[in-house]
Amino acid sequence: MTMRKKRRAVVDDSACVACGCCVKVCPMSAIQIWRGIRAAVNAEQCVGCGKCAKECPASVIEIQEARA
Amino acid sequence: MKKRWYDYLWVVELTYLVLGFFNILFAWLGLVFFFIPLIISAACGTKGYCNRYCGRGQIFGLLGGRFGLSRKKDIPRWMKSKWFRYGFLIFFFVMFSQMLWNTYLVFAGVRNPRQVVTLLWTFKLPWHWAYHGTIFHPGVAQFAFGFYSVMLTSTVLGLFTMVLFKPRGWCVYCPMGTMTQLICKAKNGKG
Repeated sequence: MTMRKKRRAVVDDSACVACGCCVKVCPMSAIQIWRGIRAAVNAEQCVGCGKCAKECPASVIEIQEARA
Repeated sequence: MKKRWYDYLWVVELTYLVLGFFNILFAWLGLVFFFIPLIISAACGTKGYCNRYCGRGQIFGLLGGRFGLSRKKDIPRWMKSKWFRYGFLIFFFVMFSQMLWNTYLVFAGVRNPRQVVTLLWTFKLPWHWAYHGTIFHPGVAQFAFGFYSVMLTSTVLGLFTMVLFKPRGWCVYCPMGTMTQLICKAKNGKG
């Protein structure tokens, strides 16, 4: 049986500036700014499209493959 | 994505910058852009201002994004390091204090007001055409020149960062953003 791989956005918490640029572009509303400190991705909703990673001014979001 | 009223706040920011070309005393209005982020972060514990209402960020987003005036390259690692971000915040505080000190000297009558806008803390641009006298103390005008210098300097730095890196690259080391994030950390715990 082959394992289905799901792509998800992963934020480097320590370098996130919590500007919220990623929130604005997410088509799934899967990313939010947690308490003004960092971006937090809802792994269930994220489809790994990469729009947030492209937009992030600090380039601290990566799209990673995770086993579903 | 549906546009909200706050997505048009870039108009307010642009109007502010333009008004400073006609009458420097309008620079005082810029205090709003300083206090609202601080109030939101202190009262609500969020970066709501950066996230939604920052007109300056919207201008960079529009120019760099829609108008394509950005290379859209990754910002260098050192520019997003805590050293640089906190260092720039301290530098900004020092320069801001110096501006307040100069204002104080004018209020105290030690120095005459200088009708210049200082760009990037170095270049003194003649700005006398935007000063038509004031019914208030000359110190009021001195603060306006100093504060507008701060606003114009951050805009120019932001434009450089926009062109060289990503449209909203300025957000990475914006002193207001760093400060409000620190307030949120203090209020909500480290996260």
